[in-house]
Amino acid sequence: MRGGASPAPADRGDARRAGLAMLMNDKVQSTGRVEPVAPASRRRFLKDAAGVAGGAGLLALGAGMYAKQASALPATAIRPPGALPEDAFLAACVRCGLCVRDCPYKTLKLAEFGDGVATGTPYFEARDIPCEMCEDIPCVVACPTGALDRALVDITKAKMGLAVLIDQENCLNFLGLRCDVCYRVCPVIDQAITLERMHNPRSDRHAMLLPTVHSEHCTGCGKCEKACVLPGEAAIKVLPIKLAQGSKAEHYLRGWEEKEAAGKSLIGDQVELPVRGLEGKAYGDTRVEPGQGPVQAPAQVPDYVPAKPAGGGLDSGWKP
Amino acid sequence: MSARLGAGGVPERKVPPTSVRGAAMRGVVARPGREAVEAKGWLRAHKWLLLRRASQLGILALFLVGPWLGWWIVKGNLSSSLTLGVLPLTDPFLVVQQLAAGHWPYREALLGAGIVLAFYLLFGGRLFCSWVCPVNLVTDAAAWLRRRLGLKGGKVPSGSTRYWLLGFVLVIAAATGSLAWEWVNPVSMFHRGLIFGFGLAWGIVGGIFFYDLLIAPRGWCGHLCPQGAFYALLGRAAVVKVSAAKRSACNDCMDCFAVCPEPQVIRPALKGVGQDHPLILDADCTTCGRCVDVCGKDVFRITTRFNRSES
Repeated sequence: MRGGASPAPADRGDARRAGLAMLMNDKVQSTGRVEPVAPASRRRFLKDAAGVAGGAGLLALGAGMYAKQASALPATAIRPPGALPEDAFLAACVRCGLCVRDCPYKTLKLAEFGDGVATGTPYFEARDIPCEMCEDIPCVVACPTGALDRALVDITKAKMGLAVLIDQENCLNFLGLRCDVCYRVCPVIDQAITLERMHNPRSDRHAMLLPTVHSEHCTGCGKCEKACVLPGEAAIKVLPIKLAQGSKAEHYLRGWEEKEAAGKSLIGDQVELPVRGLEGKAYGDTRVEPGQGPVQAPAQVPDYVPAKPAGGGLDSGWKP
Repeated sequence: MSARLGAGGVPERKVPPTSVRGAAMRGVVARPGREAVEAKGWLRAHKWLLLRRASQLGILALFLVGPWLGWWIVKGNLSSSLTLGVLPLTDPFLVVQQLAAGHWPYREALLGAGIVLAFYLLFGGRLFCSWVCPVNLVTDAAAWLRRRLGLKGGKVPSGSTRYWLLGFVLVIAAATGSLAWEWVNPVSMFHRGLIFGFGLAWGIVGGIFFYDLLIAPRGWCGHLCPQGAFYALLGRAAVVKVSAAKRSACNDCMDCFAVCPEPQVIRPALKGVGQDHPLILDADCTTCGRCVDVCGKDVFRITTRFNRSES
């Protein structure tokens, strides 16, 4: 077959025959080492191109997979104000650091390779340096790409994250003390964090004033987390909103909200039926006063005696 | 078959320039330019190299005097920057990735990318590689050390790998909806690292140095870097070119092949393979001017693409 194929280069006049021979060459000859004829060189080209493309594809795929795997943001890494949702942010941020340069408090930093945050993207850690919520939001103004959205002009509308009082066991206010530091430092005091008065069941005579975050007003600046007086980790932490909040249960109507919106109860007044034995009481009051109600005799519980194995053995007491 | 190749217009490119390339890569000349130093003096034999280093380090210094000394002439990094508070400059390679990932940037970024794009389209795309990019310092150092140590051979990927990689970088950006390449891009990472801090990025830069030194001569800049491939595409019609104008004086010393980061671009101009004018029009040429320096016979000069004269 090789002999039949070799005249092909000499047969240049007849393009069709040459093409046919080339076809046969492709099928029969394993390599083009006899002569650097066109089919062999084309085959080599295709083979080389496939190898090169495959190698380049693998390299790019590796980069893509690494990027995908590393795109989960650590919970303590907070994006600057106005940052697009993380997916869109990673398409928009060119990692130039202009937001970092224009941050007057050195809050923002660019992630270094190995930080766990997408390499070169800006973030801050609230326990380290929180966002001071500048009124002119210089970081957003500096961003040339729109990764930080200029639609944000009022810093109190920012949603960098959400503060969560995450450790109720060590929070001093939950212990009954009046620390209040997170509440005091909050730039949106009395809206983003309020102190809610509760009965202190431990002493039974004091109040607890519990710092309570309201997601509607919290910007996620992290000043509460920074100020928390606990020595190491803070009891209140700013978390990404996705971690801090559950989804809203859209399919449940809140009766009290519907009632307020409609101006009246949607299901009308409930029918009040008398309850036997509770005639003198307000509707719904089912409390039982001492002396009333059924009297229960103290339960007679026999002393516990371990069960004995039945019969057999040396001490069975069996006599002939 | 040959007729078909001829109709394709570029039969000469089918001939692999293995002989010259291989000679250069095998490190035939350990200290290229010795003859030029004798003929022209040290300073003239290093003129373009010194200018180029001044450009690379000067641009780096402009970015560094801000964070180091508080003189904010330029803010940002090569990915995007703001000069004197008015001039935005953005890497078009990043904007293209952004567009592939599905994000339309603000006007500043587009304007900045437009300015950079216009500059490189006009003057030569790979001027970025040889006159601006900080990775060039690393790979030049590796190439220099390789020549000095007399390291021979190596396994070099095909020069077209970078173009495939460029294509895949854009595909991956579109597929993941993120600037995936920027997670690992050694070019932007090195520059950003110098200005904002490295973390573990030293590993990647060191990897490129040792890859170029021990495995593939001129492996990164000459074969793999998709950013260089992008700028090469930009520079296809650019004006500033190297010309082997006095090629008749060539004494085949091979010094230019030894120093050239893309030795395959020299032969068509110097030896008239497939072209009759002495201009190096190949877009892979970085216009570094090193061939001008090391030639003792002053064969090369930097000129425009319109100057096809020989002297």
